[in-house]
This record gives sequence, C-alpha cells and structure tokens, in this order.
Amino acid sequence: MSSAVKTPLLQVRNLRVEFPTRRGVLTAVDDLSFDIHEGEVLGVVGESGAGKSMTGTAVIGLLEPPGRIAGGEVLLRGRRIDNLPYEELRRIRGKEIGMIFQDPLTSLNPLYTVGRQLVETIRTHSDLSEGRAKARAVELLAEVGIPAPERRVNQYPHQFSGGMRQRVVIALALCANPRLVIADEPTTALDVSIQAQIISLLKRLCSEHGAAVMLITHDMGVIAETADRVAVMYAGRLAEIGPVKDVVKHARHPYTHGLMGSIPIVGQDLDRLTQIDGSMPRLSEIPPGCPFHPRCPRVFEPCDQERPDPIPVENSEVACWLYDDKRSGGGGHG
Amino acid sequence: MFAFLVRRLLQSIVVMLVVGLVAFSLFNFVGDPIHNMVGQEATTEQREELREQLGLNDPFPLQFARFVANAAQGEFGISYRMARPVDVVIAERLPATLELAFVSAFFALFLGVSAGVYAALNRYGWTSRLVMTISLIGVSLPTFLIGILLIWIFAVQLQWLPSFGRGDVVQVGAWRTGFLTESGLRALILPAITLGLFQLTLIMRLVRAEMLEVLRTDYIKFARARGLSNRAINFGHALKNTLVPVITITGLQLGSIIAFAIITETVFQWPGVGLLFIIAIQFVDIPVMAAYLMLIALFFVVINLIVDLLYYAVDPRLRVEAGSARAH
Repeated sequence: MSSAVKTPLLQVRNLRVEFPTRRGVLTAVDDLSFDIHEGEVLGVVGESGAGKSMTGTAVIGLLEPPGRIAGGEVLLRGRRIDNLPYEELRRIRGKEIGMIFQDPLTSLNPLYTVGRQLVETIRTHSDLSEGRAKARAVELLAEVGIPAPERRVNQYPHQFSGGMRQRVVIALALCANPRLVIADEPTTALDVSIQAQIISLLKRLCSEHGAAVMLITHDMGVIAETADRVAVMYAGRLAEIGPVKDVVKHARHPYTHGLMGSIPIVGQDLDRLTQIDGSMPRLSEIPPGCPFHPRCPRVFEPCDQERPDPIPVENSEVACWLYDDKRSGGGGHG
Repeated sequence: MFAFLVRRLLQSIVVMLVVGLVAFSLFNFVGDPIHNMVGQEATTEQREELREQLGLNDPFPLQFARFVANAAQGEFGISYRMARPVDVVIAERLPATLELAFVSAFFALFLGVSAGVYAALNRYGWTSRLVMTISLIGVSLPTFLIGILLIWIFAVQLQWLPSFGRGDVVQVGAWRTGFLTESGLRALILPAITLGLFQLTLIMRLVRAEMLEVLRTDYIKFARARGLSNRAINFGHALKNTLVPVITITGLQLGSIIAFAIITETVFQWPGVGLLFIIAIQFVDIPVMAAYLMLIALFFVVINLIVDLLYYAVDPRLRVEAGSARAH
C-alpha cells in the first residue's frame, strides 16, 4: 500500500463507547481499531446494533449523553481529537470532518431556506462575505446536481424531494472541504432508484474534493461497488477488516462468510440463501470470548473462553481463533 | 392565503353566532326579564304591555336576529343594575382589564420563554431542576390563593404595594390608563403577577419540553455536525422550531388570561370587566352577562386568527406558493 508510510488521516485506537444505564454499563463499541487513509473509502458494515453508527458518532464527537468514549483514542492526522474541549472539536466538525446522516428528510431545518443553511455553514468555517458565501452556495448546489440552483437556493427543504434533499445534505457536508466525510447510511431512507445516484455522487464528489469517506451501511452491494476497504463489525467489535475484494470474495471470518452468503445475486440461481442461525446478542447479553461463538458454525474450544484480537492474514485482519496458528494448528486457512 | 383568511373569517362568524345563541338564551331561560324590570306592584296588563313593547312576544328567530343585529353594533341594552347602557359600562372598564392582561401576558411570555429555554439547555443543572420544581407550585396553586398570599406578604406584612384597586388613573382620550402614574404602576404589580404566574409556569414547562424535543432532532444533530456554534444552534435553529407549537398554546393562554382575570380582579378589587361580570352574576344582570360572554368569545376568536397568521409567518411549510410545489 502506497499510503502505508504516511500517517493515516484517521486513526481509531482501541475505541470503547459506553452507555451507563440503570441496569449496568452497556458497551456499544468495544476495543475497536482501524485506520482511514487520505482519499480512501472505508466501508463499515454490520447488522443494526453492531455499533457502526456509534463509531461514526464517536469519531466526530457527537455521542449523546450519557453515551461516552470510555477508552481508546481517535487521531486526526496524528493529532488526538477525542479529548479536545467542546469548542475546539466544534471547529473540526464540518471543517475537517463532515457527516451525513441517514434521513435527508429530517436532516435539514424546515424553517430555513437551503441557501441560508449553506451560507451559515460556509461562513462558520471561512470569512467569506454574505454575498460571496451565497454565490458559493449556488455553486455547491450545482455541483451536487441540483437543477436551477439560483432559484432552488431560496427554497425551503420541503420543496425538495428526498433525493434532492440528500444532495443538499451532501453539499452541506462538503461545503468547508473536509478531509473526511462520515456517511451514516446515506441512502437507507431513499428510494432504491435514487440510492445508486446518491452513492455515485458522493463517491465522485469526495474524490474530486480529495476527501476520505467512512461509509456506514448494511448494504454489501453498496460497499462492493464503492469502498476501497471494508470493516465488518459484530456486537460492537471488529470482526474483519481488509481490502474490499478480499473481504467480499474470500471472507475469512465465519460471520463475514455468513453475511456474504446471505446476499442474493441476480442471475445466479441459488435454491436458497444461506442464513446465519440466531441473532446478534443484545448489548446487555454479549457472551464471553468471541461474541459470535454461539452462532458460529466453526466454533472450537478457545472461542467461548478467550476473546480473539485481530490477527493479520495477508492484507486483512481477522478477529478469529481459526487464524491463530497456535490455537487451531493452522487448520483455519481453508 | 386569501382563501384561507376568508375561510377562517367565516368559521369565526359561526363561532360568534353560536356564542350569541347561548348569550341570548340567558335572557329567555334565566328568569323573566320583565319580572326583573318592573316593580312588584305592576299589574298583569302593564307587564303584558311592556312585553309587547320590548318585542318579547315575537317568534324566537326574529328575537335572536334582532339580538345579533344589535350585538354586531355593540348594543346589549341597558344594565338592570346600573340602568346605564351596557356598552358604555363595558367600554369604561375594559381598559383596566386589557392593561392588566397585557402586562401579565408580557410577564408570562418573557419570563416563561426565557426560563423554559434555560431549563432545556441546562437540563442537568441544579438551577434548572430548582426552577422546574418551583414551577410545579405555579401550576398547581389556584390563582386566588396566590393572590391572597401575595397580598398577605407584600401588602400586609411588608406594606410595599397596595392590596387592592388600580391606583390613580389618567384619562387619555377614551382610554383610562394606570400606566402613567406611580401608584397606578405599583397597583398593577401584584395582580399582574397573580394573573400571569400560572401561564408563566405553563409556558415555561411547555417551552422546555418542546425545546428538549427539538434538540433531539436530526437537523440539530446535523447542525452540530456542520460545526455551527452553540449559539446559532440553540437560538437560531432550536428556538425557532420550538416556537411553532408554543405559539398555539400561548395564543390560547392569552385568551384565558383575559377570561381568568375574573378571579384576579375579584381578589384585588380591580375595576375591570371581570369584576363587573362577577357583580352582574350576583344581581342576575343579564345584559351585562351576555355582553361579557360575547366579548370574551370575540377575544378568543381574534387571538386564534392571529395565531393562525403567525404560523404562516414562522413556518414556510404552510405557505403554499404557486408554481413552486415540489419539483424533482
């Protein structure tokens, strides 16, 4: 990898996110580590509740209390950002890290025109005059493919369709040229016909602006088309991370394997899709050892006792005892 | 917009007609007006003659139509008790009630919204918890008790403020105001607090709840993710969205301030229309009662109309503009 020598844009080290509740502390993200390099698209997949969104929210420092980062660190270009005071972190948000949320219908303030919301964001992060910022807003709207931007800039969010609103949201997230965009299920709430458009728009714009993307989704199809690398999460932990081709074609972790087997492929006539028996444990009932062991088809004796750490396997890292030569006697690589 | 206005105006007229019917029924069903007007010595013939003269033998719809026509011109006949035209009596006393209601409403709105916003933004702070606890008192104590307590503390014990009346007033045209004299202003303080306290706590609790709701929405989260300052988020984005539902309740509350002034005016012997109404009930002074009923209904209708128009000003989603209906 060419970027291996450079400091990664984002480094997440042993991140732990906790939610204190009346019935004890829930750990939504546990000991999670990954890097995102400049200009790279990292897909983060997993079932709902796997901690994907929580990770994105923690990186940008917007966890809702009582949720908190209980351990680990987040570094942006080598500088630690998870312990910054609120005001300093605020300056990073939007400017260095942009974020796009799931539902474009509710992401925009209904009482202000899209122009006002764009101008406000532009002026927060630069010292452009009102007029210049407005001109920039029109440019941005044109860039995200909104027709007649001069007219649309003065309209309210309710006058835009869902897909158009997500385009506005993308313009808002990109308006200060952030180095990293966290896209949290950016197309889940949209019509299937528009999803592909929005994803390709997002990918094109980010590569034009040179921004890296952390694409959180449960749609493996989107990941396969868009991402450079994929991180698979299960019950708040990393199961597997690696280049997209390796993970999709040669899934190593039994969970990833099951995940890939459960995706229908058009034109391929399968009698039935494989399914993973059982369901992901609730945060309050994560089993000891590997959290996946009760559902794992290849479970063996260390799995319910000890928790596997990510083990490098070729270009990937896999958190599974099958790949620990001492434990499995090398029998896992098959 | 114009069609909406016309529709709301028509609805308002229907409401006023219904209230008018109730007010009119007072004359027919609460005692015999003739009996109230003539002395005990009047003969049956005299009574019958008066009945004919006043049109009381006419069919019901005709009498009602006459009542409505007169009411529309502000005429409600002669007060039984004071033997003066009701409209004149009410016009004399209305400024007192309106001044009191205005000051209370301002006090309730200003403090209510500020305290509500404060309590929402500092939701885990001890001051906001304290404010919320105290506000429970405001919500649960009856108005007359608050009034009496205030009189006891500030008028009887401390002797800082007068316990009743309106102080010195100044006639400005047809309006008799207490705003221009020191004693007038001092006399206004206790009744205004008494009348506004319930609304204040209600508005405050409402603003707090709404604001907490708004602060949880996606667009606030997105505004934070865009790096906007707290000030811009809290006051630019959150507060404006909070105000949309608050406007409705507040509008209705302003109506109730005028209506509930009855109790406060009685406690403080405030010479307004509420006190007039209470005395009218004691004397079965039906024209005054009917006029008061119509007046309060009119206030509510007008306030509702204003609230609806305010919605248009605040919320662009309600402004249906021609030619810009959502295009892809």
